[in-house]
Amino acid sequence: MTASPVASGTKPAFAGTPWRERAEEALIPPLVALLVALICGDLLILSYGQSPAVVYRLLLEGTWGNAYGFGQVLYKATTLAFTGLAVSFGLRAGLFNIGGESQLAAGGFAAALTGLVLPGGTPLAIALILCMVAAGCAGGVVGAVPAYLKTRFGAHEVIVTIMLNFIVLALLNWFIAGHMHVPETLHTPEIHAGVLPRLADINPKFHGSAANLALVVAVIVAAAVWFYLFRARGGYELRAVGLQPAAAEYGGINVGRVWMKALTFSGVIAGMGGINYVLGYKHYYEDGFASGAGFLGIAVALVGRNHPFGVLLAAFFFATLSQGGLAIHAFVPKQMMDVLQGVVIIAVATSVPEVRRLLRSARRRSDA
Amino acid sequence: MNPLSFLMQMIRIAIPYLFAASGGVVAERSGIVSLTLEGFMLGGAFAAVVGTHYSGSPWIGVLSGMVGGLVFALIHAITTIRYRADQVVVGVAINLLAIGVTRFFLKLFFASSSNSPRVPGFGGNIKAGGFDNPLLWLGLLVAPAVAFVIYRTPFGLRVRAAGEHPQAAESVGVSVKRVRYLAVAISGILAGLGGVYLALDQHQFTDQMTAGRGFIAISAVIFGRWNPIRAALACLLFAAAETLQIQLQGNHAIPSQFIEMIPYLLVIIALAGVVGKAVPPAALGKVED
Repeated sequence: MTASPVASGTKPAFAGTPWRERAEEALIPPLVALLVALICGDLLILSYGQSPAVVYRLLLEGTWGNAYGFGQVLYKATTLAFTGLAVSFGLRAGLFNIGGESQLAAGGFAAALTGLVLPGGTPLAIALILCMVAAGCAGGVVGAVPAYLKTRFGAHEVIVTIMLNFIVLALLNWFIAGHMHVPETLHTPEIHAGVLPRLADINPKFHGSAANLALVVAVIVAAAVWFYLFRARGGYELRAVGLQPAAAEYGGINVGRVWMKALTFSGVIAGMGGINYVLGYKHYYEDGFASGAGFLGIAVALVGRNHPFGVLLAAFFFATLSQGGLAIHAFVPKQMMDVLQGVVIIAVATSVPEVRRLLRSARRRSDA
Repeated sequence: MNPLSFLMQMIRIAIPYLFAASGGVVAERSGIVSLTLEGFMLGGAFAAVVGTHYSGSPWIGVLSGMVGGLVFALIHAITTIRYRADQVVVGVAINLLAIGVTRFFLKLFFASSSNSPRVPGFGGNIKAGGFDNPLLWLGLLVAPAVAFVIYRTPFGLRVRAAGEHPQAAESVGVSVKRVRYLAVAISGILAGLGGVYLALDQHQFTDQMTAGRGFIAISAVIFGRWNPIRAALACLLFAAAETLQIQLQGNHAIPSQFIEMIPYLLVIIALAGVVGKAVPPAALGKVED
């Protein structure tokens, strides 16, 4: 593979095209994917001898229909928002970070270590900031490795981040299994400081759900990413490199430095996602907690069309799928949702270039 | 440690890698990124168990396993070649899809979320140590066969041309798309066979039983610099490391996690060009308009 951006299918639309056309290019593929997923879902439900209407109603009732289910959706969406923002931040610079899995785990591990080291009575604000900085740094270090190897040696970031996933997860497993687990488990002791309040502490209706204030942090990070990408000079450079590295270089932008920054901060964002599980839910680091969330971040970035607010919506959508699986499990195995996740990603990835091509040719015809 | 038993165990571990990596070489040499081997293997393993379970014959299982790998390969081929979808994104999705599909149908066919019932396999003579399994011998032959096809046949030349310089190939009348369809199909069948070997060797399918083997195979492809013979040697090297880990178990000199890392570390070192740079086919992963 070469240094050119692989993610051509996920590149943002050209700046300068009218907003309506850009909106069409952005919105049609997810809608097509939703339709395809509904049809596939129907087939799977029918193959199990159940009625799609009944199962879909159960799905909606179990996710958006009651406060507990909704809280669980919000909790799952929080982690996915972080990993999705991480992937989309890299993609804006034309880089594909598939290392979300290990960056998230490393971030969670660092947050737990910090929470364990801090004394019991540390004020939440200080503990939270320290844990977040630690989580971000850990994720950033994991993200900086492929960034360095790419700028220094031209090593392709897709391969390096995949390989690093295995290496970092094996290292963390060694730490936990060999050195600091509670006997008979694969998790650390509970943290002393930095425990985030749950939504149930604010509104008792959410009782039992794991949704916590990390959700607010995710929204703030999304807003910060939006501001950086679209209102700051660095973000302008980053997007310029993502659209056309050669032109950006010619325009005086140091492409290597932008790549370093993009992948490292992509890792920082994914790493910060570790606070949702560690500070907000279990209050310890557990081996394998990040499993799957990193890869789903790619789906979230893709469906969210690489826009920070789109990513939040897409995270909510995928979290609904995953929680919905539990809601329908009595009728159709929850594994159906694993299938639908794959179907949605493939459908979006396939329809993005196709929709763009069709819209462009239609436009050319109407211009002529 | 007995050198003969070491060698035999190493070969048994290497067989799924050899199948999948050989398939990966073919697809990548034609210009299609093979991050999908994991999914193809899983599909092959599951289909093999279903075929064997319902027919009672492992040979039917081999055939259905090849079809299982092929089905996922065709999804990959149609979306990336016909519709020009991003190969890495679809690759990640194929792996997720394979996990989901095998889980769903494991539940549907066998009412279990963890494993299938026991199915018959090949061989089973304890003294033969797995070497009475015809798939094992096929696995040993597949890399030389792929090397012959890639370097000594017109089809192999077209595959290499499609991966290095598709425009040049088109200009002399080669249909790059057709070559790539065939190459991805071959990679699906071969990786599927890797999964078949795994499942029939263990006499059952278990959830996510490929456990990263497809990624080890693609590591071998890169570490072997896209050459089938060197990729096969890399498979043997990685298998040797694993065998060492198994045979040293109980001896805690080196934690097992560090031996697990070896293939992945070697790939990163190879990509960084410390010992001769790994240069991929020029058109790998590119989308033509």
